[in-house]
Amino acid sequence: MDEKVAAIISKYNAEPGQIVSILQDIQTQYYYLPKEILIQISQIMGIPLSRVYAVATFFRAFSLKPRGKHLINVCLGTACHVRGAIRVLEKLERSLDIGRGGATKDLKFTLETVNCMGCCALGPVVKIDEEYFGQMKTDRIDSVLGSYE
Amino acid sequence: MILCWVAMSETKTSWTLKKLHSPKELEDLRRQILDQSEPEKTRVSICAGTGCLAYGCVRLIEVFKDEVAKQGLADKVDIKSTGCPGFCERGNIVVIQPKNVFYQRVKVEDVPQIVAETIGDAKVVDRLLYVDPITKERFVHQEEVPFYQKQQRLILGNNEKIDPTNIEDYIAVGGYSVLAKTLFTMTPEQIIQEIKLSGLRGRGGGGFPTGPKWESCRKAHGDIKYVIVNADEGDPGAFMDRALLEGNPHSVLEGLIIGAYAIDSHEGYIYVRHEYPLAVQNVRTAIDQAEQVGLLGNNILGSGFDFSVRINRGGGAFVCGESTALMASLEGKVGEPRAKYTHTVEKGLWNRPTNLNNVETWANVPLIINLGANWYKTIGTEGSKGTKIFSLVGKVNNTGLVEVPMGITLREIIYDIGDGIRDGKKFKAVQTGGPSGGCLPETFLDLPVDFDELTKAGSMMGSGGMIVMDEDNCMVDVAKYFLTFLEEESCGKCVPCREGIKRMRQILNDITEGRGEDKDIDLLEQLSSHLIDSSLCALGTTAPNPVLTTIRYFRDEYEAHIREKRCPAGVCKALIHYYIIEEKCPGCGLCVKACPEQVITFMGKKKPVILDEPKCIKCGACYDVCKLGAVGKR
Amino acid sequence: MMITLTIDGQKFQAKEGQTLLQVAQENGIEIPTLCHHEAIEPYGACRLCIVEVMAKGRSRIVTSCLHPAEAGLKVKTNSPKIVENRKTLLQLLLARCSNNKIIKAMAAKMGIEQLPFKTEYLEYNDCILCGLCIRTCEQIVGVSAISLVNRGITKWAASPFFEPAPDCIGCGSCYYICPTGAIKMEDKGDTRYIYNWKVEFKLKKCKVCGNYWAPEKQLEYIRKKWNLPDDFFDICPNCK
Repeated sequence: MDEKVAAIISKYNAEPGQIVSILQDIQTQYYYLPKEILIQISQIMGIPLSRVYAVATFFRAFSLKPRGKHLINVCLGTACHVRGAIRVLEKLERSLDIGRGGATKDLKFTLETVNCMGCCALGPVVKIDEEYFGQMKTDRIDSVLGSYE
Repeated sequence: MILCWVAMSETKTSWTLKKLHSPKELEDLRRQILDQSEPEKTRVSICAGTGCLAYGCVRLIEVFKDEVAKQGLADKVDIKSTGCPGFCERGNIVVIQPKNVFYQRVKVEDVPQIVAETIGDAKVVDRLLYVDPITKERFVHQEEVPFYQKQQRLILGNNEKIDPTNIEDYIAVGGYSVLAKTLFTMTPEQIIQEIKLSGLRGRGGGGFPTGPKWESCRKAHGDIKYVIVNADEGDPGAFMDRALLEGNPHSVLEGLIIGAYAIDSHEGYIYVRHEYPLAVQNVRTAIDQAEQVGLLGNNILGSGFDFSVRINRGGGAFVCGESTALMASLEGKVGEPRAKYTHTVEKGLWNRPTNLNNVETWANVPLIINLGANWYKTIGTEGSKGTKIFSLVGKVNNTGLVEVPMGITLREIIYDIGDGIRDGKKFKAVQTGGPSGGCLPETFLDLPVDFDELTKAGSMMGSGGMIVMDEDNCMVDVAKYFLTFLEEESCGKCVPCREGIKRMRQILNDITEGRGEDKDIDLLEQLSSHLIDSSLCALGTTAPNPVLTTIRYFRDEYEAHIREKRCPAGVCKALIHYYIIEEKCPGCGLCVKACPEQVITFMGKKKPVILDEPKCIKCGACYDVCKLGAVGKR
Repeated sequence: MMITLTIDGQKFQAKEGQTLLQVAQENGIEIPTLCHHEAIEPYGACRLCIVEVMAKGRSRIVTSCLHPAEAGLKVKTNSPKIVENRKTLLQLLLARCSNNKIIKAMAAKMGIEQLPFKTEYLEYNDCILCGLCIRTCEQIVGVSAISLVNRGITKWAASPFFEPAPDCIGCGSCYYICPTGAIKMEDKGDTRYIYNWKVEFKLKKCKVCGNYWAPEKQLEYIRKKWNLPDDFFDICPNCK
């Protein structure tokens, strides 16, 4: 049994009601939810595996596939939408040659969308890891991507 | 390009806080803090909300600290990172107290001058002041700035005065004195009576009267009761709750503890959206500090009342803003709503009486108890008392958070506070209520903002998102946008919502791609009516609103798409064409480089380029990059 | 405690704690359902059992499988509004399961001939996501081998990771309870296959008649749960 997993579970007193919080901490640790760990959680906490899997697939915050090193989040909230966020997303898809939710072949980037990050005055907003890029334009995308290793 | 790091650190209290055992000790502490802070001492308040983080406020704060030290003013000035003052369009915002000098669009390069002139010499740096675009008048003090003039910032007003990560700042402005008053001089019944009398209605969208809700929960059968703060602000375009939780988390906590006391609950939850890491961090710090000081936990202030609260994060599901889905998520299940024939105040979380309220609703509570329901009732309209915070965004000049008394008109918000439509464009519609609301056209600009008025017009108050649209927005595209959003966010449990929204979205897709048929509008209206009748929860029953209001008020746009295969606003890709305006094209070749599909051919300098229309993918890159207006759209 | 309510103009007695559907069914009033089964907790997903309820001057549409019987309620099970809504529900279900026998029959009974949606958008599922299989596995069988995964239009009844369900005991309850025949189960020789959950089970052979009659894993589960002797299931129920 993985020590890190055990530590996370005991942080929440192994309460089945806290499964979402537990999965979030697991994802922060491992960058996604590995299958073996979900199985471990089911066994340790006595929650049916089918329920752990249902919860893991219901919430968009969770990824069951390994993610790229850098997580790109494009905001598709209404304010960003009316300022042309879709064009920014399409440009990213073209430049990275992947679709929404996918990761580049070299696992450098994962491209996801979010339905509003709450920085509506700065729309369209793109977040890469912990950095926020406001008033993003299609002609700036390639240089921004280039700055990431 | 604007960018910044969000530092994700653990709670930041680096000094020990003494536990308070009585209201007197709280008052003593307050006096002590006030005595120690010199009221005439200069304070530089720099907004550290998520919006300004994206503008680079972390570096700005560092530079201020360095510069102040460099100029030898460190003991004369307090530098404070504060909550969001709301004028997000003009970030970074720096307010210099005690005179309230309001600087906007502050950059790192401006800092030496600000320190030397405004702090060192009480002079104002003119170019950093807000300038009225028409009259060219400059405004020095925050309350004079047009954006703020018509606002009544009862809830948000403290944001720029306090550092949200320091409970002493909140105590200094009177924080927790209302809690002390309720615990020691009021009975739960009196508190509920006051909230009922005030007419406070839920600020999350439902608008349900808060007092009666509390009363039902108090009366409900059961020893264990829960109170919940719904901070799963999922409406895209709305960020009021984020700013409140980031900027003044204690105001929400204080309201929550008062409510818990009134209802007889000892356990609370704050359910914060996954996408708000800074809010989670600041609330966590606030809870830690409140616990240390004895304002949370056992025997609060020696009153004998116990109350503890924990934070749960959402998992990226809009539907979890619905109270029963939120509670399911807290129980470790998927966020599927359930029928509310038995209300959650009777059987909610773990089948126990649960009172759930929105962040802003809780934040109104200390205000009402402090100044009284009779005072509160003087603000607002007959059916909607108090103020409401709106996130004013979209095609308006002054975007940001505005707090206004209920009853103010849409025109006043959009034109007086928002300073009208940006880039000289024409107003087309304002969308309120998020995906559950509707789009209102120009004829409604003089509508007073009020729960019932907005509902009568076909929209709704919602949580406070107010998105302004102009002539370049296509209303059919807007309807499609909302349905696409809801299709993704639907939990999928009930047939009308899951299957109905899907079919409606397919129809709208076809309309925006030139495959619309005459019967489509009727079919959309029919499906809408049945979704409203038979859906399980409010996501489904309100999903038709954007579609119905756009059909009602912008039918001509639908008909143009369907009958003429034309998008009047020039948005729907399949129905627009980009073309070169030869007279304006100098042959610079910028568009040729920008085109991802090599559809534009360079013909030599001073000769217009040629765009191969059939191959064009309508990405708009050439339109964006050409500064000479030589690329047209029709 | 007995209470009185009115359904379609007629007065009926009901026990407190009953649902409107239970009262209707007890009294021979037909209300269509799909996601409902009397042995399972009601779920309210298919919405077919909707009725119009008048109380305190307000008319509401509610699912009868969940709404409690209350004194003085006036219920209409077949008002024009209800009929219209049910028709749309069946249209939506038929668009999702355009080749399914059960759904086609229900739709035909409601007079649905043509769907208002384009043929290129029609789907050919059998599963209507009523959740009965999952709820049965959880509430009756008690193993929770399967669940509804994903969300919205990608919601699906599946085994964990879409791999062979490790907790499934092969009892076939899901197959028997499914209202649309979406669960494919086959007993071939000495093996039972439940294709949806990608599982197969060795069947137990009766010592007397030699027939293969139930999965060994299921019998083992029951034997352990009720503390039965080792040879309890060696003889099939027919031969006992």
